[in-house]
Amino acid sequence: MTMPANAPATGDVTLRRPDLAPIKPAAPAEPPPTCIRAAGFDAWYGEFHALKGISLEIPKNRVTAFIGPSGCGKSTFLRWMNRMNDAISGARAAGTLTLDGDSLLARELDVVELRRRVGMVFQKPNPFPKSIYDNVAFGPRLHRKFSRTDLDELVESALRAAALWDEVKDRLGASALGLSGGQQQRLCIARAVAVGPEVLLMDEPCSALDPRSTARVEELIRELEADYTIVIVTHNMQQAARVSDRTAFFYEGSLVELGDTDEIFTNPRNKQTEDYVSGRFG
Amino acid sequence: MTAVPVSPAARAAAASRRGTPRAARVRDARERLIRGALAGCALLSVVTTFAIVGILAAETVRFLGMPEVSVADFLAGTTWSPLLGAQKQFGIWPLVCGTLLVTAIAAAFALPVGLVTAIYLSEYAPARVRTAVKPALEVLAGIPTVVYGYFALAVITPFLHDHVSERFGTFNALGAGLAVGIMILPIVASISEDALRAVPRSLRDAAYAMGGTRFDVSVKVVVPAALSGIMASWLLAITRAIGETMIVALAAGGNPSLTLDPSAEVQTMTAYMVQIFLGDAPATGVEYRSSYAVAAVLFVITLGLTVTGNLILRRFREEYD
Amino acid sequence: MAVPVATAAPTGPAARRPADIVGAAPASSQPLRRGTDRAFLALCLALTALAVLILVVLLVTVWRDGHGRLSTEFLTNYPSRRPGEAGVKAALWGSIWVCAICALTAIPVGLGTAVWLEEFAPRSRLTSFVKLNISNLAGVPSIVYGILGLTAFVRLFGAVSADRPLTVGDPDSPFYLQLPLGHGVLAGGLTLMLVVLPIVIVSSQEALRSVPRSLRAGAMALGATRWQATWSITLPAALPMILTGSILAISRAIGEAAPILVLGVPLFIRSVPNNLASDFTVLPLQIYNWANRPGDAFHELAAAAIIVLLAVLLTFNAVAVVIRQRLHRSTQ
Repeated sequence: MTMPANAPATGDVTLRRPDLAPIKPAAPAEPPPTCIRAAGFDAWYGEFHALKGISLEIPKNRVTAFIGPSGCGKSTFLRWMNRMNDAISGARAAGTLTLDGDSLLARELDVVELRRRVGMVFQKPNPFPKSIYDNVAFGPRLHRKFSRTDLDELVESALRAAALWDEVKDRLGASALGLSGGQQQRLCIARAVAVGPEVLLMDEPCSALDPRSTARVEELIRELEADYTIVIVTHNMQQAARVSDRTAFFYEGSLVELGDTDEIFTNPRNKQTEDYVSGRFG
Repeated sequence: MTAVPVSPAARAAAASRRGTPRAARVRDARERLIRGALAGCALLSVVTTFAIVGILAAETVRFLGMPEVSVADFLAGTTWSPLLGAQKQFGIWPLVCGTLLVTAIAAAFALPVGLVTAIYLSEYAPARVRTAVKPALEVLAGIPTVVYGYFALAVITPFLHDHVSERFGTFNALGAGLAVGIMILPIVASISEDALRAVPRSLRDAAYAMGGTRFDVSVKVVVPAALSGIMASWLLAITRAIGETMIVALAAGGNPSLTLDPSAEVQTMTAYMVQIFLGDAPATGVEYRSSYAVAAVLFVITLGLTVTGNLILRRFREEYD
Repeated sequence: MAVPVATAAPTGPAARRPADIVGAAPASSQPLRRGTDRAFLALCLALTALAVLILVVLLVTVWRDGHGRLSTEFLTNYPSRRPGEAGVKAALWGSIWVCAICALTAIPVGLGTAVWLEEFAPRSRLTSFVKLNISNLAGVPSIVYGILGLTAFVRLFGAVSADRPLTVGDPDSPFYLQLPLGHGVLAGGLTLMLVVLPIVIVSSQEALRSVPRSLRAGAMALGATRWQATWSITLPAALPMILTGSILAISRAIGEAAPILVLGVPLFIRSVPNNLASDFTVLPLQIYNWANRPGDAFHELAAAAIIVLLAVLLTFNAVAVVIRQRLHRSTQ
């Protein structure tokens, strides 16, 4: 099998940035528990069959990347995991999709609580036209009643988790729209983290950012991995290789291959996968 | 002078571009003439403002200079009885109070109802409902105000008299106020709805993704983001209500009184002006001139509101841009 | 020896993570949130339905009160002290004359102002002043425009005495007028022009702004002057929106009574205008007169006149929309 053109020499297994030490020890012998599981999952937009028989497992406290060409269904699948597709009329799904064993397609599912447990960060930073403090505190205030000190602590904790605290701690009352693009995206991450989710879904979070901000956000994702299960959709294969533990390759609504990131990029089992990661199409 | 080499092709192109020098001059002259005419049109609006200010100021000065009138009494007095033969009094406050009472009632009805209707149309309503309700609002907006005056007399006041309290006579502030409120409701609803729809979809997405209910998203995110447009709609509506004439002339009454009682008969500034201009007071008399003074006060109030509205709009835009 | 300064990390017990803080707070009031959501939806539905209901009640009441008086005689009679013989002929024709004059003056002047502001005006303090002016004029009550019309048109600022008016033209021609204008249709039309001018200007500005800059740039790159580009490219492209704004403005003019009232028109007119100096009245003013009179009969007349007024508005809007659609199609 031919090697992808930009792969390192054989035997050099990792494609991760060498200057980034792994935050956590190498993967333990036992596979981590599964957080989200899909089995025979189909989804439609009206008559259009967007996802065909997807079966995969998202492991807990790992970063899983979804890659694939435009229109392959990766964003669609992401948005089913927090039921954001409910807003699109004509969107429906069948099959199995569970979070910690609870079905996400059940009629009685409390979508509001689901979205507290499964947070989302969008492609273009979308802070509210409020102060930095109010942006981060918005989510928690929706769900629970907090004392002022608890809320302050929560805001600080979330901003620290997003590596933004030191930059904004003196101007929490300033408008969030005054931050730079990269800072705004980190604020959106802090906002998502503040409600205490278990899972973070990221839909191309760096595609609207400059390279330096992108690097900071990728660094942040590696740090967040310890506490959160992260699923990231990305067009940028090098990013997927840098940041994720597991990678899923989607093509035209089907899941073509799912595996450890290192294997997907150096030794894919499927010819289509190999063609995509080596840049022959996409 | 060095000769700049010009190719024949360039010379030909230059010639065809400008045509003959004479045609160019004619064209330029015509262009200048048209520009002048257009600028003249724009000048008309400036002239209009100056004319209004000039006329009102001149007549008010003449009014205040008349023997029966004192400036202090005008600005601070609480009795307005210009038609009393011997003891004319010209305290402006009963008229201002009448206007404010009617406007307050109108605003208390139209501002909340208009905003909630706008939120419904923008955030909740399915497309079919929107296509049914929006034309209804446009029709309400297009109905001449005198029709609302009739509505106040024929429907609202009898309803108030029969079902609320006997104290509501033919002329009362509440009936007129509600009719004015109905008149300004479409203004609030349609401008607020435009402002709400202009809020980018990404903000709603972010709020839903954090587990917000539709109420949370609409009221805690979209409305605050559209606040400048909503406040502009409120100010515009209030300005229209203050300047409204026919409804109050028909339904509020012709007896000025300094009161906050909604069942009382009141006279607004605009209704007083109608009373004078319909009457046969001589043009040089003090009653006739008092109408100009009242118009001046009305103009100052509405101008103040319009200017304030523009300032608020600009300040909000600066803060959140 | 330099002691490395530790970065500001919270000291004391290990900092709590967001999930811990959220988990420690009292459980969320889910039923309350759902209840609030549903209650708000109910409120929205109720108030929106109220707005529509009010319109329906209004139209039904007017029809109920007035349709009994509708007849061809109603449309061809003049007002009369006897309700049975009263009609809206004078008011109807007065409205038509006055609004035609208003349209013919307000649309060119308003459009010209908008064109100047959008295409020709330099970026200067004067231009900002003009723009500020127009937005202020939009908020002026219409009765104040009546006062302006009274002094400027009816009395011509006192430049010509009303006792010895100058006459212009032949009394039999429709364009006959007098100076000062007195309370004739020309004065009424010009006063209404002032009332609707801000509407025409603002809507025309929006129409011109909606035409993409690339169209103008294309024309001027071919050698057109600013005016040529405007006349041949920008104005035709903006025409449908300009018409919409004009329709709005004229509809407003049809419904105005206060400015006409201030001009001093006689309350009791028994003739149809036949030249620019003719006395006149308008439908809204006739409605006001009848509604003000005591007694059911005159109230019924007022309601019938309202029906006529609404019918005129509806017809005007329908015809204008058809014209706009034809124009739209022919410029596509």
